[in-house]
Order: sequence, then structure tokens, then C-alpha cells
Amino acid sequence: MKIHEYQAKDLLAAEGAKIPAGIIANSPEEAVKAFDHLGGNPVVLKAQVHAGGRGKGRFKDSGKDFGGVKFITKREDIIPIAEVMFKFPLVTLQTGPEGQKVSKILVQSAADISREIYLGMVLDRSEGMPIMMACADGGVDIEEVAHKNPEKLLKMAVSPETGLLPYQARKLAFALGFTPEQVPQAEAIMMALSKVFLAQDASLAEINPLVVTPTGEVLALDAKITFDDNALFRHLHIEHLRDLSEENPSEVRAAKSGLSFVQMSGNIGCLVNGAGLAMSTMDIIKYHGGEPANFLDVGGGANKDQVTEAFRILLSDPNVKAVLVNIFGGIMKCDTIANAILAAYKEVGFHVPLVVRLEGTNVAEGKKILQESGLKIIAAEGLTDAAKKVVAAAK
Amino acid sequence: MSILIDKNTKVLCQGLGKAGTFHAIQCREYGTQVVGGVVPGKGGTTKEGFPIFNTVAEAVAKTGANATMIFVPPSGAADAIMEAADAGIQVIVAITEGIPVLDMSRAKRFLATKPNIRLIGPNCPGLITPGQCKIGIMPGYIHKPGTIGVISRSGTLTYEAVWQLTNLGLGQSTCVGIGGDPIIGTNQIDVLKMFQDDAGTEAILMMGEIGGTAEEEAAAYIQKYVTKPVAAFIAGQTAPPGKRMGHAGAIISGGMGSAQDKMVALRKAGILVAESPADLGVTLQEALKRKKS
Repeated sequence: MKIHEYQAKDLLAAEGAKIPAGIIANSPEEAVKAFDHLGGNPVVLKAQVHAGGRGKGRFKDSGKDFGGVKFITKREDIIPIAEVMFKFPLVTLQTGPEGQKVSKILVQSAADISREIYLGMVLDRSEGMPIMMACADGGVDIEEVAHKNPEKLLKMAVSPETGLLPYQARKLAFALGFTPEQVPQAEAIMMALSKVFLAQDASLAEINPLVVTPTGEVLALDAKITFDDNALFRHLHIEHLRDLSEENPSEVRAAKSGLSFVQMSGNIGCLVNGAGLAMSTMDIIKYHGGEPANFLDVGGGANKDQVTEAFRILLSDPNVKAVLVNIFGGIMKCDTIANAILAAYKEVGFHVPLVVRLEGTNVAEGKKILQESGLKIIAAEGLTDAAKKVVAAAK
Repeated sequence: MSILIDKNTKVLCQGLGKAGTFHAIQCREYGTQVVGGVVPGKGGTTKEGFPIFNTVAEAVAKTGANATMIFVPPSGAADAIMEAADAGIQVIVAITEGIPVLDMSRAKRFLATKPNIRLIGPNCPGLITPGQCKIGIMPGYIHKPGTIGVISRSGTLTYEAVWQLTNLGLGQSTCVGIGGDPIIGTNQIDVLKMFQDDAGTEAILMMGEIGGTAEEEAAAYIQKYVTKPVAAFIAGQTAPPGKRMGHAGAIISGGMGSAQDKMVALRKAGILVAESPADLGVTLQEALKRKKS
């Protein structure tokens, strides 16, 4: 689960990280008030969306040439800029072409910057433990650095029992070239990052950039935190930070029914049991010239209600021209799933072709149930046959 | 021959809720020696013929169990893994899906302090040595005793692969579902090493998926150390970056973990990679033929 920049900064500040003064505005008028409250000095208006690349993004159909991060010196400029930010969706490299609606703007005191540093914490899967990463060149695309100049990326393994230790933070801070006066400030921010990451079960936490001002102050200028969905059950206050307007409505709806769903842009809806098989089903559709409309894993024990809801979600996508059900019945018996498909099919009212491939436990009984139903269901034998039939049906 | 488990393996079941009980019975019906269950507070009772113990240590002392399968809910699953390890269980199979990743990080570090412990999973279908021992949730009948070793991060995709092999007449030595989480106890390389050393395994089929770099590391390992034929498949060629595809570990992030990168790495190492998931069995067959010619 992702949260907004201002929420991430609040969590870090609570653990002792220094952040620039800032106030959240829900309207252009509130943005002006915030400007006044911050002393009438230059500010940065920062559109709060989860997607990255805000600065380089543009507000769709606004005709304006600025992105989601705008430096402002004059009070009278705030209203027109904030109006655009609230009115038009922000399109960045990560939002998709439709963009993301902005409902909050962070009005932040502008900081003079003499240095930018990247600081992040992530799970190192190979090592099986968290690592803190830092790069002396901040504000950069860290993925690019990792690829092109991996030697520039400093890494420090963090024990999940003790958290980052002060000496580790100092080691990183000196390696990053902080002056002796700045090192304690950098150390405090690193310690805060580690504390939030471990105490709140984050999966990614970044401060990019961490900056040094001309007066030698070290500040977390931007922050991003993603949390481990599997641990949200023990962090209800984090769950409360969820912004559903940032998430795909179909994905939210599917999650409520215990379905794992990811929206894609093709025209073939898929319903599969198991994540690996669900990915493979998308792959084989593509392999035979089709485009999957979604990833959908109904899990190991899907029942009629789940299949019905899954069908409803698939069919609510206007792009979907055909649906493929691919079930390898293991513990889930094929006759059970066949009955669920029939019941769901009747209840939902299918308006596009449905191709069903069943394999595994009680497959003969399952196929017989579908065959004798008299419904217009296209039966498939094996993965290839299923993919070819559904691709043809979607044309 | 086989790896990790055989007809002599004595298995406990930790967590006997609906799913745990159902699968413990299924495993017993397959022929696995399921010697008991662990449910704190229910020690001294029996359920479906399984003697129940309060702690794993007690169960080990009374039954001589040397393996366990864990169905404990996510919030307590990492603890159950550590309890099993502390009691000296050698093969710990964690079926549970949804364990917080930092819990697993801590559990894995705990396991590293115990010698000769092998954790399979979590978030996995388990493992099976066909005709001898099944510890997990896979349907037993699709398997057939033989000489193909199977490694997979997924459940139903493994069944698909095994089914294709069985239909081609290619039986399996052992099939290991290593799990779909970011932190797992046993990775591809661990299993590859065991299959390479197992006289009963002739060839290896490895199913990977997007996320992490374990397949790339496995490719390098195979090139260096594995002399047996290997065929592979990577699920998620169509998966978009930044999206979790069902499994907690199946996510392309930080510019890493795409199916394309993994396929390139595997092919560079001389491994046959199936383009289509319908060709898992025939690709392994092809790898076997190439080796012989």
C-alpha cells in the first residue's frame, strides 16, 4: 500500500527526521492561507499523488506548461496555479494517459539547496533482510544509477532485530561526504527512516532528495513509503492513510472478495486459479496474438460467489470482448468449479463469448456439466487450444 | 531416489484448522506418514485420528517426526516456523500465504543459527516425492514416480507442468514448490544443487516468474555447476512493471525482475526456455534429447 508524500513525511518527522515546514491545502483558498501562514516567503506547491515523476508531469488538457511541483514567490500566483492543479488530472510517466486527480496540495516552504542526496531503504530479497541505500547524487532516477553506475550506490545491510545502528548511519554519512557538522543531522534522518521502515512494516521507503541548505541544514525534501500489504493487519493507523481514489476501482472491488486482480489494457478477460498459472494464461494469450484485459487469480478455493463477482468485474470492463476461464483443479474440483461457472454465468448475463478450459481433479464430470448445460460456452482442450479459441472469439 | 523426503519421512501438521485438517488427511491418504498435529491448548486429544500435541518439541519427542507442514495463519506462521526449527525438525514446509515479509526476514535469520534445517516456502504448495511422500496441497494423482526434478515458485503452474510431464510419460523424482514470497527458505539454487547430487534425478524443469533476480542467479549457477539437462519457463512476460501479480514476490520493481531479463539470462546459460506455458513438458523432453545426442 502506498501513501502520500505529506503522510510519509509526517511519519518520518515523528521519528526525528527534519522536514521543511509545510501545510496541506484542500482548495486554492487554503493554499493562499498556507502561504501566509508560512510567512509569505517563497513556497513550492506539491500536488499529492502516489505516482512518481510529478515534476516532469503535466496537467491534462490544462494547456499549462507546469507539472505537479511548482515553485512560487508571489502570493497572487497561488490561486491560478492551484486551480489548475485541483481541476485537471496530473499525467506523469507512472499514471497512465488518463492521469490522476489531485485532491490535496502540500504547500511547502521553499528551501535553498546546495546539495542533493538519495536515501532509501528496501528489502534485499537475495540477502533476506532490509538494506539502506544512498547515493551522493540525489534527485536522480535511482534505478538508472543502479543499472549504469552501481558503484555509486552505497548499501548497508540493516538487521531487522536491531534496526540501523548509529555507527552504520555515521559510516554512510561520512561516505556520502557530509561535513562533521552535518553528519549528526544526516544520522538522525537515517535512523528515522530505519525506525519507520521496521516499526511500520514498510517494503520501500525513500527520501529523494535529502538536501543540504546553504546554511548547512540537512532536510528530507521529499519522501515516499510503500507498506507490506501482508502486515497491514497490525498497523491500523497506516491502513487509515489509504487513499482509495488513487487505486483502480476494479482492483479495490476484487480485493474485497478475496480476488487478486490487476487491470490491463487488452480485450480478453481472464479468470484463473493460482498466480503463476494466471500470469502464464496472460502470456499464452499474447503468444497467440491476443491482448489480456486483466490478471485475475481466484485463489485455491474459489466458490460460486467469488466466481460471480469475478465475472461481474471482468464484464464491467467495456474493452472486454471475450473471457477465458482457465482452471487447473487440484484441491478445487472441476465439477465444483463448473457448477460455479454455470451459476455465475446465468446470474451475470454474459454478453461476450466465454471459453472454458478445465483440467485436473474430476475433469470429466466438470466438462459434462458444462456440455449438458445447453449454454453457449466454448470448451477448450489444453492451454494452446484455449488461447487460440479465445483470441479468435475476441476478434 | 529423491531429495528431501521419501517413504520414511515422518510428518507433523502445525495448525489443524479447516485447511490444515483437510490436507493432513489428503497427505495421509496419499501414503505419507502423518504422525500427528500441533495445536497449542489441544494437546492430548486426537483429531481425525491424528494425535495432537501442545508443542512441536513434545510432538517430536513422542513421534520421532522429522518434517512438518505449517498451516498456521499469517500472524503466527513465522513463530511456528521458528518453533519447528528449535525442536530440531529438518524439513519445514510452510504453506501459509500472507506472512509479513519482515517476520520472514527475522525467522530466516533465526534458522541460520540452527544447523541442517531446510525451510520450504512460505506461500508454497509444498513438495512431493511421487509414490512415497506428499507434504503439501498438490493433487497427488497427477504425479508419477520417475526421474525429472521439478522446481517452481507457483502452485497451479506446477500442477500444469507436472501434468504435461506425466502425460508425456516423464515421471518425477521430487517436485518442490519453493514459494511465491520475496523471502523464502529455499531458493532455486539450493534445489538445483540437491537435484544435481541426486542419483535418481536425470533432468530438471524449473518454473520461475517475475520479481527479484533468483532466476538470473540460478542461470549462472546452472552454467557453472549443473551437468544435467535443464528446461525452464518464466511466467509473467505480459506483466506490467510496479504491479504485484498475485504472489507477494511477483513484482517488477526498481528496473529488475522482468521475464525478458530472466529468459535472456537462462538462454545465455544454455538452458532451453519454453516460450509458451503449453510447452513445459515438451521443452524438457527436448532438453533430454539434446543431452543424449
